[in-house]
Amino acid sequence: MSARPEVAHEELAVDPIACVGHGLCAELLPERVRLDEWGYPIVDGTIPPALREHAVRAAKACPAMALKLRRAR
Amino acid sequence: MALWYLTRAAGAVTLVLLTLTLVLGVLNVERVASARFPRFVIDGWHRTISLLACVLLALHVGTTLLDGYAPVRIVDAVVPFISAYRPLWLGLGALALDLLVAVAVTSLLRARVGIRAWRAVHWAAYACWPLAFVHGLGTGSDVRAGWVTWLALGCAVAVVVAIVARLADRDVTPGVRAGALTALVAAAIGLGTWLPAGPMAKGWAKKAGTPAALLGGRHATTARRTHR
Amino acid sequence: MTERLLAGLPADGPIGLVAHEALHGPVPAGGPSLIEAVTASGLRGRGGAGFPSGVKMAAVAGGRRRPVVVVNGTEGEPMSAKDRVLMERVPHLVLDGAAAAAQAVGAREVLVCAPPEVVAPLHRAVAERDRRRGTPRVTVHAAARGYVAGEETAVLAHLEGRPPLPRVTPPLPAQRGYRGRPTLVLNAETIAHVGLIARHGAGWFREAGTASRPGTMLVTLSGAVRRPGVYEVPVGTTIEELVADAAGTVEPLRALLVGGYFGAWVDPDAAGLALDDTVLRAHGAAVGAGVVVALGASTCPVAETARLATYLATQSAGQCGPCVNGLPAIATVVGRFATARTERGDGERLTRWIELVKRRGACAHPDGFARMLETAFGLFREDFHEHARTGPCARCHAGSVLHLPVGDRVGAAA
Repeated sequence: MSARPEVAHEELAVDPIACVGHGLCAELLPERVRLDEWGYPIVDGTIPPALREHAVRAAKACPAMALKLRRAR
Repeated sequence: MALWYLTRAAGAVTLVLLTLTLVLGVLNVERVASARFPRFVIDGWHRTISLLACVLLALHVGTTLLDGYAPVRIVDAVVPFISAYRPLWLGLGALALDLLVAVAVTSLLRARVGIRAWRAVHWAAYACWPLAFVHGLGTGSDVRAGWVTWLALGCAVAVVVAIVARLADRDVTPGVRAGALTALVAAAIGLGTWLPAGPMAKGWAKKAGTPAALLGGRHATTARRTHR
Repeated sequence: MTERLLAGLPADGPIGLVAHEALHGPVPAGGPSLIEAVTASGLRGRGGAGFPSGVKMAAVAGGRRRPVVVVNGTEGEPMSAKDRVLMERVPHLVLDGAAAAAQAVGAREVLVCAPPEVVAPLHRAVAERDRRRGTPRVTVHAAARGYVAGEETAVLAHLEGRPPLPRVTPPLPAQRGYRGRPTLVLNAETIAHVGLIARHGAGWFREAGTASRPGTMLVTLSGAVRRPGVYEVPVGTTIEELVADAAGTVEPLRALLVGGYFGAWVDPDAAGLALDDTVLRAHGAAVGAGVVVALGASTCPVAETARLATYLATQSAGQCGPCVNGLPAIATVVGRFATARTERGDGERLTRWIELVKRRGACAHPDGFARMLETAFGLFREDFHEHARTGPCARCHAGSVLHLPVGDRVGAAA
């Protein structure tokens, strides 16, 4: 069995107070974020390594800095 | 000589880029987007073009410093109103540069600075444009050239339209809206009175504070030659 | 012996300091050992969330900066009166607990947040007590109005001079609370229990109540009972016993709203119904802040649910999109069901939206709203179908047992 490097499990979460429904997150990470009918994100927080780059970009793009990628507790 | 042309050109392009940045910023906050140009594209353009404006500004300032024509030191580029050359008008440019640097740095370090500090500095971005604009009119040696007039007018119109559109948003507090509109009207009147008697009239170079050594010098002949 | 907090309550007015000390004895000097005692006692918060108080105290005491104690008597729940009664009539028990808790966690400051009408009596009670060395400084503050104003972080915001709106947690108040310091926020009733545990110990506390939920609790019983009011009962008391304490019902009951407005509608005839989380969980309910509203058969459950939904929607802090948008939208559809004005897709819309608001706010307001409605639709299914077909019934305007202060809004809902 080959050794796999341990990837720290990361989680994407939206701060519901900071979020004002800009929606860039859903554009940049449709695999994990979709918008409800009022324009607010529904986030599936699990981020596999393949999507990490996109998750980071989505978090950086949020104009309200409401989307955060952090180490899962 | 080439450096002086480059300075003027870079200055003009910087103004255009600042104008674009402001317009895109308004489109961004007003959430204007389409299927072809989604939110992240508008936002991305806004950020990228603002950085491009910084690059062109660096070129503009760099060539000015390198060119020996006008006595501008490095410190004059960042500390306003202390230059030997047209101190007021150059100083406005220095002020605009300071603000632009502040906006750019806080934006690049947004995550560390925090949303409230970032937003406060970003509001100052609105001041960048008029400072750069008046700086260009005050220091520019091409102000009476046709292409400059049209360029300045085009940029001014774009900015006014963008700002009015921004003020029309119901999120804007009535006090801010009234204040900003008053400032716009005052600016228009101010420019309308100042331009014909100032930069557009003869003798502006001396009035603006060009050192006597440069007035009527060999470069001045070249400059006069480019004016219509 | 059920009368602990409410022991020796005079017919009117508060128990003065002298009478209080004669009744309960002096409070022993507090210290960190109190934290162990409270943990051993199994005391859980009586403000609604039911968090183990000893764990909270230990977390606050373990912080780096000097902590602060906040007594949360805001009582934003309109159908609850227990904290008000406690602070007005038995203030010294609350203040004893606050002082003891402060000494236990190393705090030198206690802020009491109380409904405006109770502030003056509390001031008097604070003045009665002499400020010995080592006792904390106590200040009394008028609480803000509004349903979510009683939420822990909303109380802290209010005390800091900001609008009484919840904020995102973590960090919890125990870690970063009042002005960034570790803050022990305890419900007024909880802290009164702490005052008694400081005197009589964990074992004494556990003599009442159940093994998993020991102690007594204050219940605000209202609605179709003969003697609505605040009662002190052991945790685990059956609803039957509680209603008997209140001299029975004035009419047959249709439902019980257990846990307050963010609680659950429960079948009053369900066997074994008791003020016990393990029992109530099966009904989708929890003991919460001990609020029980008895809905009589003469009141229309559909109309009450619709009114309550509308009220709760107005009480959104207005900070989170799903709550601000979802709650009014849901309340509107519920209203349509109540008045036979449903549009096509309303049923599906309702189910979808209720799922959409859960866990998507900074606080639990949308979740409580969802729970209230889901239990209503479960218990009143036939009534809702009837109303959707034929419109308002004769009882719809018979009057409401619910106090719905719509004017008391915490935030500017969009």
